This record gives sequence, C-alpha cells and structure tokens, in this order.
Amino acid sequence: MIRYAYIIPFLPLLSFFLNLAVGKRLPRKGDWASLATIGAGLVMSLVIFFEVFRIYDPNFQYHVVVPWLSLGGRFVINAGILVDNLTAVMLVVVTGVSFLVHLFSVGYMHGDPKYSRYFAYLSVFSFSMLGLVLAESFFFIYIFWELVGFSSYALIGFWFEKKSAADAGKKAFIVNRIGDCGFLLGFLLLFATTGVLGYDEVFRAIGEGKIGGTLLTLAGIGIFCGAIGKSAQFPLHVWLPDAMEGPTPVSALIHAATMVAAGVYLVGRVYPIFTPDAFLFIAYTGLITLFITATIALTATDIKKVLAYSTCSQLGYMILGLGVGGFTAGLAHLTTHAAFKACLFLGSGSVIHAVHSQEITEMGGLRKKMPITFITFLIATLSIAGVPLFSGFYSKDMILKSALLFGMKNPQHMILFAGALLTAGMTAYYMFRLVIRTFLGQPKDHHKFDHAHESPPNMWVPLVVLAGLSFSFWYSGWFGDLVQKPVSVISAPAAMHASAPGADPAASVHSREGRFGLTPSLAYAASAEESHATPGHSPASPPARAEGGHEAAVPPAAQEPAGGHEAVGALGNAHEEHLDHVAHVWSMYLSVLFGTFGIALAFVVFRFGWINPEKVASAFRPVHTFLLNKWYFDELYEATAVNGTKAFSRALGWFDLHVVDGLVNLCAQLGVWISYLTGKFDNGVVDGAVNGVADVTIGSGSIFRRAQTGKLYHYVFVLAGGALIIFLIKAF
Amino acid sequence: MTLDKLLVIGAALFCCGLYTILTRRNAVAVLMGVELILNAANVNFVAFSHYVSQLIGGQIFAVFVIVLAAAEAAVALAIFLRLFATTGTVEVDTADHLRG
Repeated sequence: MIRYAYIIPFLPLLSFFLNLAVGKRLPRKGDWASLATIGAGLVMSLVIFFEVFRIYDPNFQYHVVVPWLSLGGRFVINAGILVDNLTAVMLVVVTGVSFLVHLFSVGYMHGDPKYSRYFAYLSVFSFSMLGLVLAESFFFIYIFWELVGFSSYALIGFWFEKKSAADAGKKAFIVNRIGDCGFLLGFLLLFATTGVLGYDEVFRAIGEGKIGGTLLTLAGIGIFCGAIGKSAQFPLHVWLPDAMEGPTPVSALIHAATMVAAGVYLVGRVYPIFTPDAFLFIAYTGLITLFITATIALTATDIKKVLAYSTCSQLGYMILGLGVGGFTAGLAHLTTHAAFKACLFLGSGSVIHAVHSQEITEMGGLRKKMPITFITFLIATLSIAGVPLFSGFYSKDMILKSALLFGMKNPQHMILFAGALLTAGMTAYYMFRLVIRTFLGQPKDHHKFDHAHESPPNMWVPLVVLAGLSFSFWYSGWFGDLVQKPVSVISAPAAMHASAPGADPAASVHSREGRFGLTPSLAYAASAEESHATPGHSPASPPARAEGGHEAAVPPAAQEPAGGHEAVGALGNAHEEHLDHVAHVWSMYLSVLFGTFGIALAFVVFRFGWINPEKVASAFRPVHTFLLNKWYFDELYEATAVNGTKAFSRALGWFDLHVVDGLVNLCAQLGVWISYLTGKFDNGVVDGAVNGVADVTIGSGSIFRRAQTGKLYHYVFVLAGGALIIFLIKAF
Repeated sequence: MTLDKLLVIGAALFCCGLYTILTRRNAVAVLMGVELILNAANVNFVAFSHYVSQLIGGQIFAVFVIVLAAAEAAVALAIFLRLFATTGTVEVDTADHLRG
C-alpha cells in the first residue's frame, strides 16, 4: 500500500473539482463526495501506518521520484513522494482529523447557502496538506505550502459577507506571505549553493560542505520563517486569533491537522540542516510565543479566542521542543495536540451551535445540558493541561525534559525551561477557567441556557473519537522509537547540539534505488539494525512502557545508538544518561506541580470564588488592560507595518500621480500639438493642391464648354472655315 | 466647255450647297444642301476623268457617289422621321442635346 501513497492527496482533489463544478446539483449537495474521498484517504493512511508500524524501523524510508520538469539538460525537477515514519504518522493525523472535521461539518454547516463550496474548500485544504506531508523536495513542499495558504484564506474568509471574516482571511494570507518570503529566500539560498532541490540531495550537499557557517544558519532561519508564519509564531502570530472568524470546524482543521501543523512539520522535515545558532533562534522564538500567547489567553473571554491563543502557545512548545533538540518531543506534541485541540475546537463548535454565542461570560452550567460535549471537552482540557495519563502530559513532558536537559548543559539558556514550565501552569489555569465558566456553575444567561441542547450524533461522534485519542497510551512507546531525531548533516562538530562525532553525514541519506525509475523500492539504512538489536526495544514492549506515559521509561541507552536523541560520544554516555534521567524526573515533578497549581487556582478563583477575579484585575489594572489588548500587537502592527505601508503607498501614489502621470500627460500634450500642426498642413497644403486641381479643371471646362453649342450649322461653319484656312495656307 | 468652266460650275454648286446648310433650319433643306455638295464633287470627278486621265475611273466613282447619296438620303430621312416623332419638328436648332 505504501507505493500507492501518492494517491491519497489526489482523492480530496477529485472531490474538490466535483463539488466545485456540480456540487450544488448533487444529492445532499455533494458533502458525501468530500467525506468519502477523505475517508478513503484515512483508510489508506491507516493501512500505510500499520505497514510502517509492522516494519518498526526508525530509519524506514520509502522514496520514489520521477523526472517532472527538465529545464535544459542538467537541471531536472523531480516529482516524487517520501514516506518515512514521520510521514506515516502525519498522514494519519491529517486524514483522521480532517475526516472527523468533515463529519462534524455536515451537522455544523447544515443549511448554509454555500454548503457545497465549503466542502470543496475543505477538500482542497486536505489535498494541500497531504501533498505537503508527502513532498520530497523543497520545491514541492513550497508549492503545497502556498496551496495551504490559499485554502486557509478561502476558508477563514468563508463568510466573506461579514467584513471581519473577509479581513481575517486577508490578514491570514498577508501575514503568511511575510513568512513565506523568508521560506522562499531560505530554500533558494540552499538551491543557489547546492543546485539541488530534493531533501536528501540537499542534505548530502550540505554534508559535502557546499554550504555552511553563517550562510547555512541564515538559510535555516529563512526556512524557519515560513514556519513562523504558518505555525503562528511570534511575531507573526497575529493572524491565528483572527482566523476564528471562519466556521468553527475550519478552526479545528487549521489548528489541529493542517496549516499550523505544516510549520512544525517543515522544521521537523528539514531538521538536519539547522545549525546550532539556528536552533537557538528557533528555541527562543518558541519560548517567546508560548509565553506571550499564554498570557493573552488568561484574559480572553471569547471561547474560540482562548483556544486560538492556547494553540499559539502549544505551537510555541513544539517549536521550543524542536529548537532545544527534542525532535521526538516536538513532533509528539504535534500529534497529540492534533487530537485534543481538534476535540476542544469541535467541542467549542458544539457549544456555539447550541448557545449561539462565543462569550464565556454568557455561558455556565452547560454540563447538564450537554453532557457528552462536557465530558469530551474536559478530557481534552485535562490533556492540554498536562495531567498524567493524558496525551498532553506525555508530549509536553518530553518537551520540558528536552528544555531542562538543554538548560543543564547550557546554564545560560535555563530560561527556556523556566518559561516553558511557568507557561505549563498558566495553560492549566486558563483552560480550566474556560471549562469552569462554560460548563460549571450557574448559567449567566438563562435565555441562552434554556435554548441549549446536545448536538446531533454526527457532531458528538467525532468528539468522542478525538477525546478517546487524548489518552497517552496511544502514543507512548512506539512514537519515541519510530520518530527519532535525524542525524545532523552539518559536518563541523556542533558546540551545543553535539551531533554524533564521526557520524558519516551521508548515513542519514538513505539508499535510493529506483531514483529515476518508476519501480519503487523500500529503502533501509544500515543503522536500523542497531536499534532492533537493542533489548527492550522490540515492538512487543510498548505496553510495558505505557504506565509512565512518557518516553523516559525507555532506557535512554537504547535510543542513543540509532543516532537519535541527545547523541553523545561513547565516553560521555554514562554522564549523559544520568543527566537525562535527572532532567526527566525533575521536569516531570515540576510540570505536575505547576499544572496542579494552575488547575487549583482556576477552581479557587472561578468555582469556589475565594479570590475575586475582578478585584485582582483592578489591582493590576495596567497589566490586565495590557493583556486584554493582546500586548497591543495589532495596534503596533497597525502603527508600524500597516500605516508604514499606507504612507509608502501614498508616497508612491503621489509619485505616480505627479511624476509618472505628468510625463504621460506631457507626451499626450506634445502629441496634441503635433497633430494640430499636421492638421493645419493637411488642410492648407494637401487639400489646397487637390482643390486647386479641381478648381482649374472646373474653370477651364466652363470656358471650353461654350464651343460646344449643339447647333449643326456652327459646326459646319467651323468645318468650312477650317478647310478654307487650310486651303489659303496651302495656296500661298 | 473647258475644264476651267466645269470646275467653276462645281465650285458654284459647292458654295450653293454650303450656303444652304449654313442658312436653312429645316433638316430636309440641310439634306438637300448636302446633296448639292455631293453633286459638286460629282461634277469635279467627271470633269477630271474626261480632261485629265482619259480613263473612266472618275465617272464610275461618280456613280458610286450617287448610290452613296441615295443611301445617305434614306438613312437621314429615317433619322428625321424619328426626330419628328420625338420632338414634333424637324428644325435642326431644336436637336442640340450634345450642347456643352
């Protein structure tokens, strides 16, 4: 089935065209087409995933390419797919969440006038994201990257009759373009120096030293800029909360499976090219994002805005995790987050559908009215808050561990761990604030409360499925085994993220039989055997490790030889192991402590009312206002970027109006003058000559016509006279 | 009778014919003037034939001219009939459609 993976993206594309062309005339307005194609994609993805899972090889890779576009001999752009463990996981995440969102949308969007177009857009969104996941070169990932941007624009601005929705769509698109610009420059920099576009070709070229040092750092940061835009990282996070203007299932799709996941996936996909400096940049971007957005979520009162900022914050965690070297941690959080955040969003959609309001100040007590939504929402909240046994705890704890380990090795960067830990507490606080104010307590608005009702099955079934996937036992064990950090291809020994000394850079580039052929092959790297040979690492063991719900239950030594985690030399192994263990234990205790504290605080403030939030807010009025206004980011951008652009445009407009238009008008005036003179010449000289000829002809005619009298005797007289004259001339 | 006298008679006939053509308005009269001129030419042909060439070519030519004159008269009179049918008159002054 793996060799047919390329079919998966085309399935939704098919229903996109179908729904776009004849969707309105189809029975049920064509929602079944989108649903069926993405469902088929889900089935195929699951089959592929289980095939990969059965192979259970961290270095598994299926890579096939065909020449796609030849630009004059040497330079050929290849089309192809790359399926490794990460891709297989992402395929399931994308198709799974997308399928559930489709299912949920059938209920949520029921009766919308643009129903079939909505499903067409959902399909093209899924197509773009699946293409992005399967891409095997920078060129194709960029194409699908832009397609994702376009589809998100179409869906966020789906209700474009509303000005705010149209604006949000534009904002998302434009803000993303800024990041995409960096991405384009980044990969063009790589292309300019290496001359190739495929991931593995680029990696190998970097390993050969074709690009390095500052230039490589810049290229890495440039590519990361794309992730900053798509994954809503500081300072381009501003589009994500506004994107809430789209339909709620779309928010779920954007936040869980597509769009924002694309940025994190990109960083994971090109992980080997980042230099230590680039990693540091990534880590701090993640830290700033996760902290700022979490503080904004503390005061937001719109249920979807809270979730949006929490998404930003969780994406910050993923980016931070990737930045500090926790490759597995970041991507695990991406996967677990997809399930519980989709559940939260669809849950909020269910609530909004029932209450017709997004303000949590107007809710409360919905637990009795919507028990299924409440339970599933609570499970997802426990997960995001990092409560043990839930998936969020498993992945977030891995990130915190990586951050702590990084901080222990580089004490000057300990703030990465401290900030993330503090934010873990804030996350628990604001999420439970949301749950308590929405579902518990007394209803604030009785009219809306009386109207509320549980959603229909096609809306709560996805919730139940996603809530079920929010437990950690689904992920622990195999995820850490299968999705392992790729070996960095940078040849110089990196200072902070010591890549395995002596590791052959080419080792990460797997064999590629069938590269230019149509016959695909399954490629394995030699190093795969090592991890298989390690005891306690067999597929049978995951259940044994499930208890802790995190990867540290795996003997750290088991992971090192595969070139995976914090790779170290043989000598430092014992020390490294110790550090790893210490980091894990401490991060686990601390995160549980902070999470508990956050939850407890939320209950104290909002459930028991021991602390009056109003009083706290007024006591810290400036801080509260500052947070309520989202750190004034929109205002800042309005003042600088937007107004700057406007002023610049005005200047350009003035230039256009006066200089360019002036030149054009001058040319036109010259033309008018010349034409005037030519006209004079034409009228006077040319026409004069013509008229003159005519006048002369008329004049001479009027003279000579008199000779023709028509009287016979005149002619005879002239005839005779003429003969006489001739006769006389002859005679004399 | 000498050649001179015959030529004078021919010239006199010619002048009479010419005068008739120039002065008469009636088309038939004009035709009669033309006949006079033709006969003036005939007198000359016969005179020259008799006194100068000793051959009878000139006299035969005169016979031809008489035949020609008859044919001409037939055609011309037919034209005058049509003219009369169209305009109701045979005055040549009225038939000045070719006037410039």
